[in-house]
Amino acid sequence: MKRVIIIGGGVAGMQTALRLAEEGVEPLIVEKEAELGGKLRGWHRLFPSFTPASEVLGELRSRVARRGIEVMTSTEVKAVEAGAVTLVDGRRIEGDAVTICSGFDLFDARIKEEYGYGIYDNVFTSVDIERMLNEGRVARADGSRPRRIAFLHCVGSRDEKVCQRHCSRVCCVTGVKQAMEMKELFPEADVFNFYMDIRMFGPGYEEMYREAQQRYNIHFVRGRISEAAPTIDGRVQIKAEDTLTGRPLRMSVDMLVLLVGMRAGETNPAYEAAGLGRLESGFMAPRDSFLGNVRSRTEGIFYAGTVTAPKNIGETINEGCAAADAVLEYLKKS
Amino acid sequence: MPVHFGYTISKPRAIDIDHNNLRKSDEILREMPELQTCIGCGACTAVCTAGNLTQFNFRKVHTLVRRGEYQGAYEEMNKCMLCGKCRLVCPRGINTRGVVMLIKRKLGDF
Repeated sequence: MKRVIIIGGGVAGMQTALRLAEEGVEPLIVEKEAELGGKLRGWHRLFPSFTPASEVLGELRSRVARRGIEVMTSTEVKAVEAGAVTLVDGRRIEGDAVTICSGFDLFDARIKEEYGYGIYDNVFTSVDIERMLNEGRVARADGSRPRRIAFLHCVGSRDEKVCQRHCSRVCCVTGVKQAMEMKELFPEADVFNFYMDIRMFGPGYEEMYREAQQRYNIHFVRGRISEAAPTIDGRVQIKAEDTLTGRPLRMSVDMLVLLVGMRAGETNPAYEAAGLGRLESGFMAPRDSFLGNVRSRTEGIFYAGTVTAPKNIGETINEGCAAADAVLEYLKKS
Repeated sequence: MPVHFGYTISKPRAIDIDHNNLRKSDEILREMPELQTCIGCGACTAVCTAGNLTQFNFRKVHTLVRRGEYQGAYEEMNKCMLCGKCRLVCPRGINTRGVVMLIKRKLGDF
């Protein structure tokens, strides 16, 4: 039986493994964390349908378990080559092909010091909001209910100053989703989204945006917040230009939420060292954008999911299937 | 003797790209192509000290210049104190102070 090593046990890795197992190939998932699931473990509900993330995660995990797919958790890969990976502890695992599904890293909001994340109270990231929603309690630092919340789009995306030129794509819709969730939790609160462009690229996203405007009365202000500062009463003062009126704007809010972007995974340079190409954004470069979008430039090494670019969960699942099909085609020939 | 009823003909407000001469704008963009990457986020204007106290709006002025609307641009740019805060916040890494100087140099006679 042919064996395929899958680096990363998130959505892409699990889906790739499932599809390969269905076709009679033996996948091995190598996961650096203690359990499968990747970033999905930290999310609460998924846009645009507000499906609980645990539903998708639980289903994928149980399918992996039912298939009896071999999983090595708490295992980190150091180097990759066609048909083998070397682990951090020096062990070498051989297979017939390798699929890299190691995903993305989150942008560290502390790098954008002007927003005060980790310095002032009441500045949060979108990931903090997901965590608080999962914990069942969203509140300000002093435990009180927020009456005014601002979301800032494009933190660590489209930003030359932090070497992240690319668009992370999913933050726009995440901002709309979380704004709606905040409005559900705190109907008396005013919610403002500060955006540059609203990129509603997926099915149902634009409808969601419209609902946020029309039914949830969420305010959209076109302008990038330039700085945030704490006020004497523990709130956050923000400054922006309201570009649609052409005037500077300032306001104080009870919570400032930074919609952090996706950056290239920290293990990508190691793949580059193995001769695989990287894009300017740091994500891995597929062989081409169309017929070779799940293939690397090296025969026998494949990609699925956000290792090549920011993607949503549906796209990632599709890519898992596409990558598995490419692997099967390769295994037939070799 | 003509009678005046108090009516005047207003100039159209539209930016008339057919009519505007974009030569100066092209020259400016050739010298500083990065200006074309502006996404109009307004961070420059948000931090601008001059813009918080006067009508000065750097984003608006350079956008008008790029459309061939040169009238008054030089005078507007004179309000800039060249403090450079806009350059610190620009997510596109545009040399905004350089843009101010360039527009003043190119459009001194408009």
